[in-house]
Amino acid sequence: MNPEHDTPGSAHDEARRSFLKQSSLLTAMALVPGPLVQAASAELDEKVAAVFEKIPLKLEVNGIKHKLSVEPRTTLLDLLRENLNLTGTKKGCDYGQCGACTVHVDGQRVNSCLSFAVMHEGKKITTIEGLADGDKLHPMQEAFIKHDGFQCGYCTPGQIMSAVACIREGKADSEGEIREYMSGNICRCGAYSNIVAAIQEVKGGGQKV
Amino acid sequence: MNEQPKPKKQIGAPMNRVDARQKVTGAATYSAEYQLPNMTYAVLVGSTVTKGRLTGIDTKAAERAPGVLAVITHLNAPKPPSPKPEGKDPSQPQTQGNPLQVFNDDKIRFNDQPIAVVVADSWERARYAAGLVQAQYAKEAHQTNLEANADKAFLPTAAKKNPKHPMNDYQRGQVDAYKTGAVKLESEYVIPTEVHHPMELQAITAHWEAPDRLTLYDKTQGTLATRRDFAKQWNLPEENVKVIATYVGGAFGNALHSWPHESAAILAAKVVNRPVKLMLTREQMFTMVGYRPYTWQKLGMSATPDGKITGITHESIGQTSTYEEFTEATLAQTRMMYQSPNVTTRYRLAALDIGSPIWMRGPGEATGAFALESAMDEMAYLLNLDPLEFRLRNYTDEDPEKNKPWSTKFLKECYKLGADRIGWSKRQLKPGSLRDGDWLIGYGMGVGTFGAHRGAATVGAQLLPNGTVLLQCATTDIGPGTGTAMTQIAADTLGISPDKIKFELGNSSFPKAVTQGGSSTVNSVGPATQEACLALKDKLRTLAGAAFSTAKAEDITFEGGQTVMRNDANGKLPLQIGLRNNPSVKVSYSDILRQNGQQNVSATVEAKPGGEGQKYSMYSFSVHFAEVRVHQLTGEVRVSKLVSCADAGTIVNEKTAGNQMKGGAVGGIGMALMEHARIDDRFGRYVTKDFADYHVPVHADSPAVEVAFVNQPDPHVNALGTKGIGEIAIIGVAPAIANAVFNATGKRIRELPITPDKLI
Ligand code: FES
Ligand code: FES
Repeated sequence: MNPEHDTPGSAHDEARRSFLKQSSLLTAMALVPGPLVQAASAELDEKVAAVFEKIPLKLEVNGIKHKLSVEPRTTLLDLLRENLNLTGTKKGCDYGQCGACTVHVDGQRVNSCLSFAVMHEGKKITTIEGLADGDKLHPMQEAFIKHDGFQCGYCTPGQIMSAVACIREGKADSEGEIREYMSGNICRCGAYSNIVAAIQEVKGGGQKV
Repeated sequence: MNEQPKPKKQIGAPMNRVDARQKVTGAATYSAEYQLPNMTYAVLVGSTVTKGRLTGIDTKAAERAPGVLAVITHLNAPKPPSPKPEGKDPSQPQTQGNPLQVFNDDKIRFNDQPIAVVVADSWERARYAAGLVQAQYAKEAHQTNLEANADKAFLPTAAKKNPKHPMNDYQRGQVDAYKTGAVKLESEYVIPTEVHHPMELQAITAHWEAPDRLTLYDKTQGTLATRRDFAKQWNLPEENVKVIATYVGGAFGNALHSWPHESAAILAAKVVNRPVKLMLTREQMFTMVGYRPYTWQKLGMSATPDGKITGITHESIGQTSTYEEFTEATLAQTRMMYQSPNVTTRYRLAALDIGSPIWMRGPGEATGAFALESAMDEMAYLLNLDPLEFRLRNYTDEDPEKNKPWSTKFLKECYKLGADRIGWSKRQLKPGSLRDGDWLIGYGMGVGTFGAHRGAATVGAQLLPNGTVLLQCATTDIGPGTGTAMTQIAADTLGISPDKIKFELGNSSFPKAVTQGGSSTVNSVGPATQEACLALKDKLRTLAGAAFSTAKAEDITFEGGQTVMRNDANGKLPLQIGLRNNPSVKVSYSDILRQNGQQNVSATVEAKPGGEGQKYSMYSFSVHFAEVRVHQLTGEVRVSKLVSCADAGTIVNEKTAGNQMKGGAVGGIGMALMEHARIDDRFGRYVTKDFADYHVPVHADSPAVEVAFVNQPDPHVNALGTKGIGEIAIIGVAPAIANAVFNATGKRIRELPITPDKLI
């Protein structure tokens, strides 16, 4: 069962209508020369941009289908955090350098700050909120708890999403390999030893991740 | 009234964190993650010059941009009614004057100083509009290089005013005695600017709930300090300001100060009259929320040929800003760690056109220990002595600075633990003796110490009808696991299982506590938790007596989370069916409440240090042993093994304490090998702007760190016996690595970080 969600303010039809209105006004004004109109059109450019900004997007996030309307410049990270209230995915740099924003897109780990939401039309996104099976935690979450794979917890969702993918990718066969393939996820608290122990336990346990 | 198995002792047990589930499921909520109706987003615009005045600022385009609600600059900002800036006063390092007042005047004091804040209905719109703000400046010549300004270095004002201030010059024995010593050395050391860079970007959500009532969801290490600063800024009674910091995504010291972005968000929320969320960019984390200051040090040391230190002189110049005097205890370890009849220390500051520094993990001590512990290693080589043996020959059994006994000191035990685990016996005195192909192998050690500080703290404890206990305290948890440790302390004190206890923190409305910093939280909040629970038990005893027994209060005891009473033939207990023949009976806490017709019992207790500091010198100690591999062709340094041992008193939770030690060690790797925030002095602007330029250790840089605790209680610091862990986890790590690099290569690097270019 896949519930469908319409996010508030997703009325792109309405946006398109008012864009048409605005743009015909702009065309009319462009026929009138003079500095006054230039100034007015500069202002209108912004207004036009405002209505043109949003485009439709369909996404499935943690098993829930969303019909959204987003600005093309909105990152997947900001969409999750600000529009969908999925704040488990963290912003640690916004430049693709820390891994705090790691999510799975169609099963692959991705830095959500480095991809625009609109690039993911029709894709399935899994965030940390969607990893557990209801109340039953994912084995990686359990292992992080047991091995104390965090301190402040801010890098943790990214570490866990990355760790799950690391095992699925077959890149968790040794401590050295784990350290190499987890190096995109910075933990400034320095819980690395414990994170590696958690990943090794899950890998060694042979559970499906 | 069932018999319950006696719960096992929780203090010392490796209990999982009480907030672990929230942290692994994404449910933990940090300061930019609160959902408030009508939320708006703020983005700061920073100055592009380093010093001068704003001559014009054009905000028209930004104001017209879609979704923009306000553009605030010094020209239109409402002025908070705060008292006049109080000026430079290092005794009040929490800024309480100028630096809090953003958009107050046209003056530029550092590059990227906020000159405007743009508020819009989305991040994207605010960010776009912020890029449209244009500023003109009248530039002035700036100074951002410490060494070029060393000749202007000065004694901190607080020390000038007060001859007893610890930042004054220190002297024991003869001045600069090392100069006439039998074996002597004199070396200069440099620590570059390092930035805390917690993974959570500094963020605040500011909400004026009424014109005179402010709520802040803020990244802070001290909910009460933040409340005090902003209540003062807006001239509000403190109770009108509420600060919430339930989860803090790391801080390492940078949330020990109130910063301009917080002022800006609060101001913006006032102007738009809606909640405002503001999150700094990684770039802005370099410029306006503090850093470990660039510090130059010179250390002179002399010793007798048989390895007794005869003199040490340690001087330093640390960086501060032009508008605040920031000081730290760079020279503290030199005064007390080793026996030496003659010790001189001189601490100076150089004021530069850069934002203010702030304590960064193991604040000045980590900087000072780099010089002292490197010099110890250098001297050991001059004397042809094992550096561990050299340290043992200069071990102090009482504090040579304060002439007081140590409250406890188990550093020798730490040496032994660490030396065994790293395999110190493999180490060769002659550098470059061990190799594995192209890799040179070396071993080094470094010692750390930090005061076992304790402050006043209050904890409120409440027994609820279902038999669970709710504890509250305004303290924060930036990562060490405060709530977990307190739950363990409460569980042992009350004799109930930890899952019946909830410890709430990170809210300024809760009972008062010290700011989380200086390794003092467990030392301070731990005893308050313990005493609040004891007070709760006293109340229970009275209630139990009233309801069940005529026994004297002192005859009522506790066992396994129940109250134990003598079965007094004339008392009330026999009313309880089936208990007539028992010599004593047990009654659960919730039954006591029920029998008294009470919803709950509560006790709020303040615990504070007594006179123990007068009698004893109280410190935590650590030693770090590093094994490094240095590639002889590329100069790449890998820390292949790191062992950290600590004498931190009682260890409340082996698991979280061990994690904290490991984290400090990883921070030390960063300090030793990679961290360097660099300014282009021509422009006064950082050229390191993100994690691509400013390297911090990643998984691949970190070995499996081994930790060992002596775990001996200190009976003087507090009743729990704790001494503090956070700082000693990093102090001494960088010199251990630098010394190991010397042991591997014969190259002594005195300017951090030890990058390959310095080794080839
Ligand atoms: S926030 Fe995306 S990698 Fe740092
Ligand atoms: S747990 Fe704090 S950054 Fe990893």
